[in-house]
Amino acid sequence: MQLNHESEVPIYVQIAQQIEDAIFMGAFEEEQQIPSTTEISMQLKINPATVRKGINRLVEEDMVYKKRGLGMFVRQGARKRIQEKRQKEFYQNYILPLISEAKKLDLSPQELREWMERGYEE
Amino acid sequence: MNAIEVCKVSKSFGGTPVLQDISVRFEEGKIYGLLGRNGAGKSTLLNLINNRLFPDSGQILIDGQRAAENDAAQGKIYFMSEKTLYPRDMKIKHVFRWSKDFYGGFDDAYAQHLIQAFGLDVNKKVSQLSTGYSSIYKLITALCVPVPYVFLDEPVLGLDATHRDLFYKLLMETYVERPRTIILSTHLIEEIANLLEHVVILNHGMVCRDQTCEELLQSGYMVTGKASEIDAFIQGKEVLGMDAIGGLKTAYLLGERPQGLEDAFEVAPLTLQKLFVKLTSE
Repeated sequence: MQLNHESEVPIYVQIAQQIEDAIFMGAFEEEQQIPSTTEISMQLKINPATVRKGINRLVEEDMVYKKRGLGMFVRQGARKRIQEKRQKEFYQNYILPLISEAKKLDLSPQELREWMERGYEE
Repeated sequence: MNAIEVCKVSKSFGGTPVLQDISVRFEEGKIYGLLGRNGAGKSTLLNLINNRLFPDSGQILIDGQRAAENDAAQGKIYFMSEKTLYPRDMKIKHVFRWSKDFYGGFDDAYAQHLIQAFGLDVNKKVSQLSTGYSSIYKLITALCVPVPYVFLDEPVLGLDATHRDLFYKLLMETYVERPRTIILSTHLIEEIANLLEHVVILNHGMVCRDQTCEELLQSGYMVTGKASEIDAFIQGKEVLGMDAIGGLKTAYLLGERPQGLEDAFEVAPLTLQKLFVKLTSE
């Protein structure tokens, strides 16, 4: 895990995102344990309260759950739900900023469409 | 809730006020950053709490008991500072043994682990250690005594980058396993920013900020753009400071960030270090 300390995104959100990324890429498999608060806090040198806040975010979204006395585990089906969530957020997170930058550069929708197709082919 | 409470404390040296009527509270189980420029009064505050100095006025309580001339209350604090209070010819292993007697306990197993991790030679005498290893044996003591309050004044003095990194990791490890109040006072703000839960900034002997790290970082923002546009934008806003390079200006502002600002300017969050520098520069 790597944090960006200059980023706009608060540290606890970055932690949630990185764990989510790891689940999505299969680094943490479903029904498998994720690293403990101690481990994350130590490795990244951040306050455990910040780590807990990040993990709680994933608990609220039901991506991970707590097994008493054992730790946090990835929920069955989490990977699929992350994919669906990201598909929903794609327009907001990628298309809108792309269009905003394209407008600043005076690029037409036609040009964008062509590039989009070229990108898919390559 | 258990806490160290500093109530309306003032202290001056030879007529020069160092702390002026300050009130601050350090709660149980939290990691605090006590930040301030040289001479801001950080060490004086820690010395007052630890009964090494006496306040001119005001009162300090440790878990509800008076801090002054009270061995039971003082026994709850380990104060690590640059100053060496151990006899110069005492061997490090004896420092640890003495600490065990004095504080009524010492985590020998964890100390062994730390001694190895840092490569400390416990057969050396206090006077034989470099500045870095002098900090290291005090840090080991601080982390191994069973006290609820640990003050670390410039804890990484003389430590190289690798040892500093190791120390921050170990601090997090031991803090998760046994939460206690840790007050970190250092000039290396960037390095400790993410370790902190709460920040107290002293400036000219007064409390300038006392809030959670998160609130503090959200209390303002940085905006960069064409100088003339920035000048217009900051009208009527609370400006902490400005940087300019050629026709480009960066303003450090307090307050809520207006919606849609990103379309016109480069906007970035404040970091603890930047905020500190802007708050405490003349």
